[in-house]
Amino acid sequence: MVTAADFESKTEIKWCPGCGNFGILAAMKDALAKLGLSPEKVLVISGIGQAAKTPEFMQCNMFHALHGRALPLATAAKIANHNLKILVNTGDGDCYGEGGNHFMHAVRRNIDLTVLAHNNMVYGLTKGQASPTSERGTITRVHQHGVIMEPFNPLAVALSLKAGFVARGFSGRMEHLSSIIQQALQYNGFSLIDVLQPCVSFNHVNTHRWYSERVYELEKENYSPADYMQAMVKAQEWGNRIPIGIVYKQDKPSFTDQVFALKDGPLVDRTYSPEPLRELLKEL
Amino acid sequence: MSRRVGMEASFAIAEAVKLAEAEVVAAYPITPQTHIVERLSEMVADGEIDAEFICVESEHSAMSACVGSSAVGARTFTATAGQGLELMHEVLFVASSSRLPIVMAVANRALSGPLNVWGDQSDVMAARDCGWIQYFAENAQESFDLTLCAFKIAEDPQVLFPVMLNIDGFFVSHVVEPLYLLEKEELEGFIPPYQYPFPLDPRRPVTMGAFAPPVLCTETRKALEVALQGTRETILRVWKEFGDRFGRSYKPIETYRTEDADTILVGIGCYTETASVAIDTMRARGEKVVMVHLRLWRPFPFPEIRAALQGAQKVLVFDRCIILGGPGGPLCSEIKSALYGEEKKPKIFNFIGGLGGRDITPRQFEDMIARGREILDSKVTVEYETIGVRE
Ligand SMILES: Cc1ncc(C[n+]2csc(CCOP(=O)(O)OP(=O)(O)O)c2C)c(N)n1
Ligand code: SF4
Repeated sequence: MVTAADFESKTEIKWCPGCGNFGILAAMKDALAKLGLSPEKVLVISGIGQAAKTPEFMQCNMFHALHGRALPLATAAKIANHNLKILVNTGDGDCYGEGGNHFMHAVRRNIDLTVLAHNNMVYGLTKGQASPTSERGTITRVHQHGVIMEPFNPLAVALSLKAGFVARGFSGRMEHLSSIIQQALQYNGFSLIDVLQPCVSFNHVNTHRWYSERVYELEKENYSPADYMQAMVKAQEWGNRIPIGIVYKQDKPSFTDQVFALKDGPLVDRTYSPEPLRELLKEL
Repeated sequence: MSRRVGMEASFAIAEAVKLAEAEVVAAYPITPQTHIVERLSEMVADGEIDAEFICVESEHSAMSACVGSSAVGARTFTATAGQGLELMHEVLFVASSSRLPIVMAVANRALSGPLNVWGDQSDVMAARDCGWIQYFAENAQESFDLTLCAFKIAEDPQVLFPVMLNIDGFFVSHVVEPLYLLEKEELEGFIPPYQYPFPLDPRRPVTMGAFAPPVLCTETRKALEVALQGTRETILRVWKEFGDRFGRSYKPIETYRTEDADTILVGIGCYTETASVAIDTMRARGEKVVMVHLRLWRPFPFPEIRAALQGAQKVLVFDRCIILGGPGGPLCSEIKSALYGEEKKPKIFNFIGGLGGRDITPRQFEDMIARGREILDSKVTVEYETIGVRE
């Protein structure tokens, strides 16, 4: 039996005490264990940032890539070996800013992997500058008079690109988050989980308490994640009430399902055999 | 009068950018550069400087934004480090070939992998051929002075090239040091108002970024190289003028303890300050060692290097970067090529160290010099040695 402890790493965790990332890490290990996925079957890929340190604190296959570049790497890893369960750990800056272009195209490609975007609405690692998800008016050392841009809405963007699995979690609701991660990992296609993650050092507005007072679980309401237009409406809900849970879910063929060359198993397991081709060429 | 203050080099650079009245700063945060732009954004917010701070979403966008603002005629500054500089790479060439006088500070940092945020010179060395004027500051005072000079050099009508000021990540960028700041009145007239000769302006249309087929490309690239080499005179003139006015002058290469020498240590960047301590100790013991450190890296100071190393028997070159799959260190490779055509050539050996922020003590520099002399007295069988490496 796989347990969360199997993913325990000896590396010292370098996050601030109270950081929301701890909850996400715990939920992830819990979800993997509950699905019986052992460490060798899992590949965790990340970009750069506090969120992206996550795989360093886990025991499994991992690749800590470049800032913003986790998704192209993960995409190709999945295409080359579609038997791997791939989880991408990324931050709001990493995924929606520096890697924003990759994010859009990964959604379009519908590659079967799960993105956990640790959304703390700041650049944590570089000490608190505004990120794409920072709200208007957010004051940082760089934005002394407040951010004057509209925040990036990950759920709405993913939906607009027809993502088949769009969800939001909260690092302070570990079990709920674990359940979303499990469903995302079981979903065949691109799954986005935007995780509300308090940053105790640099985000003094969207704190653990702030979220706790606002989040509500969609599963407990009479909400059907099958309705696209309703999902679009939910994706816009932000303020006194913030929905968490699966906002939209729709089955459709994933990228690797549609590539004929992958029907006979992962590319990495194939042997190179050009002989039949040689025969064919002779016929020409 | 100039004020003596204690200040981080990053903040000193920001002070210089303020005095130079930059109009646009476009940047993306990356360690160890972040303090420079954070300080600048504070200044913009407080109205200390009448500039626009553009927060972008990557360094590629940062340099592209700099190209845009410089092209319409705004005095433009940015700063980056390590991976950020590499992400800018393709745009760096556009900036120089478009002859846009952007000024950029780079807090030199190691490149991935392994992931490392500390200092070495892998970043600038990978970007050395991008057509920018590139030089190094070794402490906070130099960072301040040479940022001011950078605007004057870049915008000189004889130059019109972007300038990259390199400082060591952390060891210079984050260290608080005493320095003299200049006041606005003192600087009067040193940096003339910015007047880019061909800005993008609907009243006088110009084309930028045009296509050049094979029949034109060679000429264009050659012209660029001739122009970059031709900036040397202005660089020297500006540094001299700065010295005449403010009492601190800078040269393409600096020499330390020039008295008779049989061994010359050559380096670039702030570790040469540590090395100078070793040189003092060794000279006190009667050993004939001196040091030559480069300030100017591009255009490479060929004449000055040849003159400084003339007559030396042994030259030891210290690099803080490995050219992977190449001849060892980039500085040594350049020194060798500078001296190859000389009739009397010294023996040269290369050391590499201080990678990814690893410290090198004066004692290690002493050992390195002793070891280098020993190697050059026998048969040299390797391209370089790595200081303190555990193998
Ligand atoms: C090319 C490049 N530019 C900049 C950086 C510096 N950098 C590292 S992480 C980061 C942003 C992190 O923010 P986010 O993705 O939101 O993650 P968090 O640290 O908040 O978890 C930046 C700007 C880098 N590593 N590489
Ligand atoms: S800075 Fe913020 S995101 Fe980073 S570890 Fe600390 S609390 Fe977490």
